[in-house]
Formats: sequence, C-alpha cells, structure tokens
Amino acid sequence: MFIDPHIHMQARTTDDYEAMAKAGVVAVLEPAFWVGQPRTNVGAFQHYFSSLVGWERFRAAQFGIRHYCMIGLNAKEANNVELTRDVLTELVPRYVGKEGVVAVGEIGFDDITEAEEKAFRAQLAIAKELDMPVCVHTPHRDKKRGTSRSMDIAIEHGIEPGKVVIDHNNEETVKEVLDRGFWAAFTIYPKTKMGNERMVAIVKQYGSTRVMVDSSADWGVSDPLAVPKTARLMKELGIAEESIREACYSNALRAYGQSGQIKETDWTSPATVDQRTLFEGNSVLRGQEPRIEEPGERRAGVVIE
Amino acid sequence: MGITAASLLDSWLAERIDPTALDWLRNKVTSARRSGVDAGFLLAMSSAPRKVGRAGLALSATDLARAAKARTGFQPAHWTVDQAARTLLLLAVPVTEPEPFVRTLDRLFDDGDLGELVALYQALPLLPEPDAHRARAAEGVRSNMQAVFEAIALRNPYPAEQLDEAAFNQLVLKCLFLGSPLHLVHSVDRRANTTLARMLCDYAHERWSASRPVSPELWRLVGRVAGESELADLGRVLEKGTEKERLAVVLACRGNPNTAALLTPYGALVRRVDEERVTWSELAGRDHRH
Repeated sequence: MFIDPHIHMQARTTDDYEAMAKAGVVAVLEPAFWVGQPRTNVGAFQHYFSSLVGWERFRAAQFGIRHYCMIGLNAKEANNVELTRDVLTELVPRYVGKEGVVAVGEIGFDDITEAEEKAFRAQLAIAKELDMPVCVHTPHRDKKRGTSRSMDIAIEHGIEPGKVVIDHNNEETVKEVLDRGFWAAFTIYPKTKMGNERMVAIVKQYGSTRVMVDSSADWGVSDPLAVPKTARLMKELGIAEESIREACYSNALRAYGQSGQIKETDWTSPATVDQRTLFEGNSVLRGQEPRIEEPGERRAGVVIE
Repeated sequence: MGITAASLLDSWLAERIDPTALDWLRNKVTSARRSGVDAGFLLAMSSAPRKVGRAGLALSATDLARAAKARTGFQPAHWTVDQAARTLLLLAVPVTEPEPFVRTLDRLFDDGDLGELVALYQALPLLPEPDAHRARAAEGVRSNMQAVFEAIALRNPYPAEQLDEAAFNQLVLKCLFLGSPLHLVHSVDRRANTTLARMLCDYAHERWSASRPVSPELWRLVGRVAGESELADLGRVLEKGTEKERLAVVLACRGNPNTAALLTPYGALVRRVDEERVTWSELAGRDHRH
C-alpha cells in the first residue's frame, strides 16, 4: 500500500487514477496550489477549494482511492495582495475545517517576497489556532535559504516542527530539516530536480525517520506513479522493507493523521459502502472479485454527463 | 399538530451522540434560530461530522413509521448522525420570505463539500417554501457526483412532488445512465408520461445498437403508458429478452389495456409475475451499494 502525500489530481486524468489504483496507491493528499495561470478573483479560489472537497474527492473514490486535501493560499498567488486579503479572510478559515482537510497547505515561499511572507505568517497563525498540520512548499529558486527561513518563521509562530511537513527537499536542505525536527518530504520528478536514485541515496544516508516521498504530479511533466516506482527502486537497491514502508506510506499517515481527518481504516476497512462518496474500496487491494462484470465499466460511469 | 421531522431528528440524536456533542449541536441550533446563516453557521455545518461523528442512525421500524407520518416520503433509513445534525441546523434557519431563503440556501450549496451537499439535498423535502426549491433540485439532478445526484433522486419525495415533467424525465433517464436504482425513486409510477416512454424506448434502441444490456427497470415507465409506438419494443423484449427483462415488461404493462393483446401469448409469464409477486427491486438486481 502506498500514499502519495502531495499530488495535484485536478490536473490528472482518470488514466492516472486507474494506474495508481493498480500500482497500490490507496490514498492521495492534494494540497491547494496555483492552477497554471494566476487566478483573478475570489470566486476562482472558492470554486477550486470547493472542488477539492467535492468533485475531486468523489472522482478519486470511483477508483478506490481515498482523497484528502489541504487548504491554503499558495506562495505564488500570495503576491496578489488584494486577492490575498479576501482569500485569507473569507475562504481559508471556512474551508480548512471541512471534512478530509488534513493540513493548511501548501504555503510558503516562491520568490521569497514580503507579500509571500505576510500570507505565510497569516496562515501559520490559522494552523496554530486550529492545531492543524502544515505543508510547506519550498522555493525552487534559492531553495536552501528559503527552506531555512520557512522553518525559522514556523518556529517563531510557536508551531511544533512535528506538525510541519517541509516539501520538495533535496540533498542541500535535508539535513537541516531533519535536524530541526521537521518532516522532510521529497518530490520525485521524472527528469528535473530530485529523482528516484538520488532519493534512494538520501534514505541510505539519513534513514527513513520523518522522511516521505511524493510525486507532486500536476499539469507539468510529472509522474503520478513516482511513489510506487521509488518504492520498487528502493527494494531493488537493498533498502529495508520497514524503511520503504515508512517513506512511502506510514510517515505520511503519521504526519497528516495528526489532523484527525485521515486514518488507515478509511481504506482498510471502510463501511461496506460509504454513501457519501460511493467509495467501494480497491477490490484488487482487498482481494475481492470486482463487483462489475467488465473491468473499467465502473470507471465509465465517471463521465461529465 | 403532529410530531415534526425536526423533533424526531433531535430525539434520535439525543439517543445516539454523546452529551458534549449534543450540547454543541443544540447551541448551534439556537444560534441559527437567532442569527441565520452567518460565519458561525457555516463553520458549524462544515464541522458537524467532527463533532457528532458519522455513524448510521440505524433507525427502527417504529422510527421510520414516525418519519413517514411526520412528512410523507421522509425516508431517513440510510441517514447518518452528521446528516441529521446538519438537517437540524438547516431547519433552524428563520424563514420569512421565499426569495431571501433561496439566496441563503444558495450560499450553503455554494459552500458545501461533498458530504454537506448530500445532506442538503436529502433535507430538501423537509424545508419550508417547497415551491421555491425546484431550480435547486434540478441543479442537484445535474450533479456529476453520483452521491449528490442520488441524494435528490432516491428516497426523496421532492422530485415527484415538485419537478416539472421535463426535469423529472431527465432524472429518470439519468438513473438509468448511472445505474442508480429506479425503484428507489419515490412515487416514480405516478410521474409516468408518454414523452418519457418515448425517450426510454429511444435509449433502449441505442443500447441495442451497441449490443449493450438494457436495465429491466427501463420498462417500468414504458409499459404502463405504452401506446402503439411502444408496443413493438415491448414485444421484442417479450420475445427475445432475458428472463428478468421479460418479467419486467409484464410487470410494467399491468393495468394498461393497450398492452392486453401483446401479453396474450405470455399467459404463463403473467401468472408467474402474479403468483411469485415479482417486485421491481428484485428485477433491478442485487446492488450492495444501495
């Protein structure tokens, strides 16, 4: 069983859901993010948040995958100061308490501007007040400094490092993140940035404590099977079973489980039928005969009809 | 005045959720009566499952009888405690005029996550100003989330009572498209009409052309109003259909004099439907989801 704790399923097709389900992914966590080009009004954010807690949750369930999300104003769009004000006062507080929301995220720095910092701090305050985990997006440019500052600010706001997942780590950031007691997530990209083999090297060097792997699969070139593929490579290259399980499943569950909104029993023993989502469980996972005669017929029901 | 749906819901919850949760809910209900749908209300709606849990209400036959008495067609057998809690909150909102109430409801629907939407559509038949919610019900029928569609379409008296013919016909067609059980659509027989019968036969033709199976339930709303144009299709099923399809046609045609001649050669089948008391839920097939 695998969990992908950072993936933008809104950008992905049902082919991906099918492949993920087949590869053993049981749960996905989708942080709120930008959608390619900047949003221009509050309604666009509301629609996005609504679909994270509505349609996308439903869509995933049709493939036997449990979907959870994180709510927040992302770093890039925090630079639209007027819009930020509305999103932070009107929307984030309301959506962050909805069912299946496991963290405030993904928040942090993109260009490392003053506006970004202001929004980051405001949302850390929300997370602190509601005692929710936080997912921190670290910038791709000037990453080491941005990561360091993100952690400083989180601590300044009185948030326990054990409640914060610092994502998109690399060899330059990992040591400080782990030393300071934060969760270190690694996004495995197919071509650029962190890759599978380097990930194996990191686990060999630092172990798997507080380490987790994700795909951040989105509209760009990315691989929604990054987590199961990394697990497979880890096994081939001799990483212990228990470490693989931590990095590709249980650490994500532990970190985000602190929200009380994600539990292993959600997929290992769902109610026979979860009326809310018509979740039927991954029949491959549970070793049952699929209910439907023709494989894929159920999937055919997910049409924009 | 009889027992209201709200008082039933409150009494069921009082027996099922812990005292802290019950206090929280009743406080929020009181606030709702005073202040309507404000920020506090929206937060209470979204956090209901965290507070009261999500267990099934597991109502007794007596409870269900009381429900039907309080409001015809009120069928909470599959409701959960958080749905009951959300409905109570909704019923506490003060209503004076239909239009402002609809706008308030729009706010709730716009804000709702998957679970909230299901609860809201389920609660529709219990709301005041029933005439005012037709557009909203039609919107629920348009949902791509099957769980939301079923919250308005199944076990819910609102569509049969309030939707116009075109909207109700779309609901029936969509049930068949999605594989949602038609026999759970409340008062479905009462809303049979010849336009729908034609649409259903056209749909059967599409399925036959694609060599795909036709749900036996489709014939339910064809048989009872069938005229000349539908007889050929009914006859085709009687001749070549699966056992369930043939039984379905017989059951559907019952009481329609236009089909008497068609059924004459199938006396044994007709007798079987009568003697075995074949029902639509049997013909719909085993479906653990419902």
